[in-house]
Amino acid sequence: MKILSRLYIMLILFFLYAPILVMIFFSFNSSSSVWVFEGFSLDWYLGLISDDVMLGALKHTLIIAVLSSLISTVLGTAAAVGIMAIRSKLANRIIMGTTNIPMMNADIVTGISLMFLFVFIGKIIGLTESLGFITVLIAHITFNLPYVILSVLPKLKQTDAHLHEAALDLGCTPVKAFFKVILPSISTGIVTGMIMAFTLSLDDFVISYFTCGDYQTLPIIIYNMTKKSVTPDTYALSTLIFIVIFVLLILYNALSSKAESRAAKRRV
Amino acid sequence: MNKKSFGNKLIACPYIVWSAIFIIVPLLIMFYFALTDQNGVFTLANLASLGRFKKAFAISIVYAIIATFITFLLAYPMAYFMTKLKISSQKMIMMIVMLPMWMNFLIRTYSWITILANTGIINSFLGKLGLGPLKLINTPGAVILGMVYDFIPYMILPIYSVMSKIDNSLLEASDDLGANAFNKFKRVIFPLSRPGVISGITMVFVPSVSTFYISQKLGGNKTMLIGDAIEYFYNIGPDYYNIASAISLVLMVLIMISLFIMNRFSDDDSGGVII
Repeated sequence: MKILSRLYIMLILFFLYAPILVMIFFSFNSSSSVWVFEGFSLDWYLGLISDDVMLGALKHTLIIAVLSSLISTVLGTAAAVGIMAIRSKLANRIIMGTTNIPMMNADIVTGISLMFLFVFIGKIIGLTESLGFITVLIAHITFNLPYVILSVLPKLKQTDAHLHEAALDLGCTPVKAFFKVILPSISTGIVTGMIMAFTLSLDDFVISYFTCGDYQTLPIIIYNMTKKSVTPDTYALSTLIFIVIFVLLILYNALSSKAESRAAKRRV
Repeated sequence: MNKKSFGNKLIACPYIVWSAIFIIVPLLIMFYFALTDQNGVFTLANLASLGRFKKAFAISIVYAIIATFITFLLAYPMAYFMTKLKISSQKMIMMIVMLPMWMNFLIRTYSWITILANTGIINSFLGKLGLGPLKLINTPGAVILGMVYDFIPYMILPIYSVMSKIDNSLLEASDDLGANAFNKFKRVIFPLSRPGVISGITMVFVPSVSTFYISQKLGGNKTMLIGDAIEYFYNIGPDYYNIASAISLVLMVLIMISLFIMNRFSDDDSGGVII
């Protein structure tokens, strides 16, 4: 049984990684085919360094991911703290219901409805091109916000409100008390939300597709390339991204398990 | 919960304004577009013309249901077997399962063409064995495979996270009370893992039913899903925004209905099961 279950896990993992292995393999192809392997070369990797379109898109993707995750973290954390203070059950339900919409709805509906709004506003203020940097940034912030709010709220609910009162009694201003007492106790939720927002933003294709206009991010460039025929340079770029994420994940895991064992020691 | 709260309602204001403008208003505009013609005159013609897309809707729903079901069949044992491993291996496998989610899904889908194509990896392997090439790409099967492949982590993760919290003493108790393996699964493990299953199913069904890339790459041009129809009209230009809105609106309603049904399933008697 044990062997069978291990075998099953290995099979599923193989299924998950088969296309990725294919991609890595063909990124080293010396010809421009992603079908027939003709020989080993690093040309596609070297070519990337001088590929302005690809590098430009990478820059766009990073700018959007960094800005949207930062802005949604600030807005979302503030929203979570504010939502906690709202007494009215009805108001709470309306706000949380609205927050759930982008998470529940299909990306294509979120994307196209935002596009309608931007085009609508663009028409009113008389722009010729209403889609671009600002609109894709707004779209990303919008779909990131629910994830930030939903990872901060549970932490806030666990926080003892008396701590905040105690800080006030001891002479803190409300703002100072927030930064000294509340913020540290919800920081893990904030960081989780921010990481989630960042990765969602990096990977988003569907919503960007409808809202980015000429400000093309990497997934959009890849989409346009796969419309024609893919050459190994896309595979090379994806392999590089894969390696970067892989290393980051390992680092993150190593750091968090280190932090855990340190915390465990302190408890003893 | 907390009787005295520390926050101030006012700092939620920026978000409330934001969500009103960028979540609610866009949907209202979509409604407006769906119910008007190009000149902004009220009409039901857009919705009435959706009959043309009956087939697209039907195929999307059927494919998404099949894909969700297969994903569930594959993911459930995976999640279960994962919980039987050492904690450190569980963490590692989790990471390995999540890693592809951060890879561009376009590329991962595209790689399947290399595997499935008529001159692709599987067929050239079969050719060496002297077997004729199989038609794998541009088939409904390939589209469903793409959906299963792209969204399976979203099924494994919620089921795993619920299962890993099942109290082992409950399983021991059912052993002591004489349950056989089947009954233990049916009466204890499955009911307790149901919340994970429900969220897994919704997280796979919604993107599957609304996808537009997978079908284009793996299904050829023969299969048109709802997502493809929306993208098609979006690309032709602003004159067709009304019809694109109408399709999106119906898609949204469809998703809301299926979420509602799924919620029903999860609320049934779960209160009684999770003590």
